[in-house]
Amino acid sequence: MTPMWYIVLAAVLFSIGAVGVLVRRNAIVLFMCVELMLNAANLALVTFSRINGTLDGQIMAFFAMVVAAAEVVIGLAIIMLIFRTRRSASVDDANLLKY
Amino acid sequence: MLSNLWLLIAIPAASAAVLLLAGRKADRWGHWLGVLAPAASFVLGLIAFFGLRDLPGRAAEQTLWTFFKSGDMTIDFGLLFDPLTAVFVLLITGVGSLIHLYAVGYMAHDEGRRRFFGYFNLFVAAMLLLVLGNNYVMLYLGWEGVGLASYLLISFWYNRPSAATAGKKAFLMNRVGDAGFAIAIFLMLAQLGTVNYNQVFSQVGALTTGTVLVLGLLLLLGACGKSGQFPLQAWLPDAMEGPTPVSALIHAATMVTAGVYLIARSNPIFSANSTLQLIVVSVGALTLLMGCIIGAAKDDIKRVLAWSTVSQIGYMFLGVGLGGGAYALAIIHLLAHGFFKANMFLGAGSVMHGMQDQVDIRRFGGLAKYMKITWLTFMMGWLAIIGLPPLSGFFTKEPIIAAAFEQHDAWKSWVFGGAALLGAGLTAFYMTRLFVLTFHGPKRWTDGQHPHESPAVMWIPLVLLAIGSVVAGGLMASPVAKWLEPPLPAAPAEEVHGVLGHTAITVLSLVLTVLGAGLAWALFRRGTALEPQPAGPVVRAARANLYTDAFNEAVFEKPGSWLTRALVYVDNKGIDGVVNGLAALVGGGSGRLRRLQTGFVRSYALSMLAGGVLVLGALLAVRLG
Amino acid sequence: MKYLSLLTVVPLIGALLVAFVPRTKPQLAKQLALVISLIVFGLAVAAWIAYRSDSGRMRLEESYTWIPAWDAKFSFAADGIGLVMLALTALLVPIVILASWHDLDNSGKRSVPAYFALILALEGTMIGAFASADVLLFYLFFEVMLVPMYFLIGSFSKDVPTKQRHYAAVKFFLYSLVGGLFMLAAVVGLWVVGGHTFDWQQLVNADIDSGVGRWLFLGFFLAFAIKAPFFPFHTWLPDAGGAAPAGIAALLVGVMDKVGTFGILRYCLPLFPEASKYFAPLAIALALVGIIYAALLAVGQNDLKRLVSYTSIAHFGFIGIGIFVFSIQAGSGAVLYMINHGLATGLLFLVVGMFVARRGSTHVNDFGGAGKLLPLLAGIFFFAGMASLALPGLAPFVSEFLVLAGTFKVNKTVAVIATIGIILAAAYVLWMVQRTTQGTLNPALSTVDAMKRDLTKREMIVVAPLIAFLLVLGFYPQPVLDVINPAVEATIADINPVQAGK
Repeated sequence: MTPMWYIVLAAVLFSIGAVGVLVRRNAIVLFMCVELMLNAANLALVTFSRINGTLDGQIMAFFAMVVAAAEVVIGLAIIMLIFRTRRSASVDDANLLKY
Repeated sequence: MLSNLWLLIAIPAASAAVLLLAGRKADRWGHWLGVLAPAASFVLGLIAFFGLRDLPGRAAEQTLWTFFKSGDMTIDFGLLFDPLTAVFVLLITGVGSLIHLYAVGYMAHDEGRRRFFGYFNLFVAAMLLLVLGNNYVMLYLGWEGVGLASYLLISFWYNRPSAATAGKKAFLMNRVGDAGFAIAIFLMLAQLGTVNYNQVFSQVGALTTGTVLVLGLLLLLGACGKSGQFPLQAWLPDAMEGPTPVSALIHAATMVTAGVYLIARSNPIFSANSTLQLIVVSVGALTLLMGCIIGAAKDDIKRVLAWSTVSQIGYMFLGVGLGGGAYALAIIHLLAHGFFKANMFLGAGSVMHGMQDQVDIRRFGGLAKYMKITWLTFMMGWLAIIGLPPLSGFFTKEPIIAAAFEQHDAWKSWVFGGAALLGAGLTAFYMTRLFVLTFHGPKRWTDGQHPHESPAVMWIPLVLLAIGSVVAGGLMASPVAKWLEPPLPAAPAEEVHGVLGHTAITVLSLVLTVLGAGLAWALFRRGTALEPQPAGPVVRAARANLYTDAFNEAVFEKPGSWLTRALVYVDNKGIDGVVNGLAALVGGGSGRLRRLQTGFVRSYALSMLAGGVLVLGALLAVRLG
Repeated sequence: MKYLSLLTVVPLIGALLVAFVPRTKPQLAKQLALVISLIVFGLAVAAWIAYRSDSGRMRLEESYTWIPAWDAKFSFAADGIGLVMLALTALLVPIVILASWHDLDNSGKRSVPAYFALILALEGTMIGAFASADVLLFYLFFEVMLVPMYFLIGSFSKDVPTKQRHYAAVKFFLYSLVGGLFMLAAVVGLWVVGGHTFDWQQLVNADIDSGVGRWLFLGFFLAFAIKAPFFPFHTWLPDAGGAAPAGIAALLVGVMDKVGTFGILRYCLPLFPEASKYFAPLAIALALVGIIYAALLAVGQNDLKRLVSYTSIAHFGFIGIGIFVFSIQAGSGAVLYMINHGLATGLLFLVVGMFVARRGSTHVNDFGGAGKLLPLLAGIFFFAGMASLALPGLAPFVSEFLVLAGTFKVNKTVAVIATIGIILAAAYVLWMVQRTTQGTLNPALSTVDAMKRDLTKREMIVVAPLIAFLLVLGFYPQPVLDVINPAVEATIADINPVQAGK
């Protein structure tokens, strides 16, 4: 089995995530889509590690997981706060930070 | 004394400093200090004058310090006392002291009397520096110094807008001449590397004809500015806005003759080029006629005298332009003129003093009875200026007219000699008009006038100056001419036979004088109308100063102020506009770009994605291409 | 003694000290600032004496490590040009501090200690610029001096609306910064082509390709031409001069702008002799236009401080010509002009400030006949005006004469056109004097109580030294010229090795 399919899977996952970020309004769904993109990237990293026969990619993937975990913690907290004050989880409602 | 020449300048300068800095404390005694200073200089000048006779070479030169020095250029602060300087020093301090004394009385009721004497002393110091310098930069220093003093004194009553404007006009027109003079100095430095009189004159021969011509013309421009000669004459009549002693000392006897001094001092330059001399003579002849014509149409006593000064200095320019022995003639006329014109100005001041500052001669008349001393002294001045023998003017103006006729070219003799003769007749006419309208004929006073004689402190100088007007010419004519050579050139040994003989010229000029005076006497014996009368084109032109002021206004003032306003607009809207426009462009542009920050997270995500795709695409394009 | 570094550091430390004086003690801040500026003046006098006993082109040299990797050092040295400029700075600052004594009332938002601390900081940076012998160090001072000046222009004048002040300050900052950035590029370029050093002495001797040299010259020249300012980079000056308090305007025009002309003499000419010659006609043309153009504009101004600013632009034209005709007389005249202009225009600005402080307006039409009420002040105003039009007997005459005489030898047309400038100078000065102090008394003036108080003791102490210097240097400028001449000769020799003998 060639590693190429893993790359394709990663690309498909990334695209689904990206489209999700662009079209959905719910902050939680958006967040899940971001996670999807991150994991697609992880998958690509591990695959490249396998292809090149080095461990660098796998190490980077672990780093990305740690960062993603930290990000989830902070991100969910922010979403919770916004939801509490505005009674809404739609990202389009939080548009005060503009020009 | 000859080794301490600086004292001559330092005394009035120190007195001026004391008077201007001491404040109100000095109000009580300040004017007497002001009189003492020029008197002290006069005494020192006399000592120096007598010391000069025994001196080998008859010139004392000393360098006080190096004024400034850079590279190969050195300008010394040096003084020179030679016969030419000596007569000027005596004129300035002698006549100057008398006028200072007169001013004690004339300015007695003015609260600014101390300030007046401060400026007056400053003038004397600057004028002495002008004539005592041994190089052109010193001359320039004094030149501007007297200009400053003249400005300060013309606009002495600075709260009168007319006085302030007249002062400014005098300064500006002088500056035009000064700029010419300054360029002349630069030219000397560039061509000869020195400005010292002796060194410059000894090298004149090495200069090309063109250079000498340009140099002379530039000096002439400076001289015209200071001496009120055509085309820079317009400031002098306006300068009469100053107190009358100022008009007498600065604008009649001394400062305005500085131009004559400059040309006489530079005689090796002017004698070196005949075209140059012709131009000087033309300026002199033109101005002397112009002064006469305008003077005959004016009704302000001081302005008539001012135009008369312009005209008399025209005679002096005629003299220095003729060259040769006529340099000395011009200087002698200058000295005599210093006496009789100062006398008449002070007389006019005395009249104004008694007539509550009235200056309109149509409003005088019959004053001879009320102001006997003024009348008599003014009469001496009048007879002297019209050149009646044996008074001063006859001995000093006559030779200039004669010299104008004694030229090699017949046409020059006729043109310039004729102008000088015509001028003599016109002078007699307008001076007689002035004299008769003021002192004789019916009274035409305004109500409430009580004319009275002036106090002794004013009439004593008048009497002394009147004596000078009577005898100075006759006494000075031949000894001073000898005394002045060198530095002035001697008259050529063999006489040029002009188109007319000496006797013929004398008779002609006397006839013209008597005719002019008689005509004026007949016309104005019974007074004159109080309002300006309709008149022909010549008189109207003369009343308007031959339209020279209108010309200046149309050609210089109007376009100048227009240009100024246009440039202010260009600077604010054009140059600054470009800068401000650029700033507005950046500001406006970023204002538009700012709108991209919509606040919608998903639009940011889209732009990030678009950016990422763009970068990837570019990378691929580079890779593949 | 380490005079030059002390001269730079003492005012900077002084600025810190004054800044930490509590706002409740304004008097202490003023006195402290005055004492410090007087100490600096004393140091400058001592430096002048020490300079005369030293020898060589660059004297009083000092050097300390800074960034060895780039060969940049804290090195200080002065030639005659730098010495007279820093002496002028040290002289003017105490006078300005004294003149600005009552600029601020302690009630408002403006802090007195900050004001005087900024003035001292300005002094330190300006002296640093004149005294540094390292190109990077010079650049540093050149840029840092913008900061105190920016605040001084923008925040302190009572008589100018806030909006106008802010506009002027930002404009000043942007103009100078743009010029400074071009110069930074040129400084970096110089480091690359000049043998990887910032040392001025080594750079002068470095062999720089003439094509590169021209570009580097332009970078430096643009910065200095904006600073000086030369036409057409001048429009920031009337705004800044009009918006700054009078004392600050005196420092701005009297000293800070001279950093521009000083920079040309110290950096443009010796470092890029070939390029200087190549661009000299352009520079002279700009200067010449500036003389006539700014003089005409000055005639048309109605704001006293803007008017004086325009006269300065005209004077900078004379300095520019003097620098770029490359003759010893004109060069010495230009440097002397820098000093004399600082004294004369400094006095003019300070006197204008005294008028403005009394009247509460800078507009000419708000005056008229003021000589009646304030004879002494009007007299000094006239004196300053005469100095500004270079009346013989006052210091500026000598410098103007030297510039014009030196120029005439090289280029007659330029000298003659520039001489027209002296007629225009008389026009704008006399027109200004007439509209302000002469003529019928403006009735509005008699209703202002302050207009009836003539010169106070403090103001007399402010103007007396300037008047004295203008008079003494007017009749005996040689001591200053003796310091300037060798430095100018060395600079001209860099440009024109042939002419050096003269």
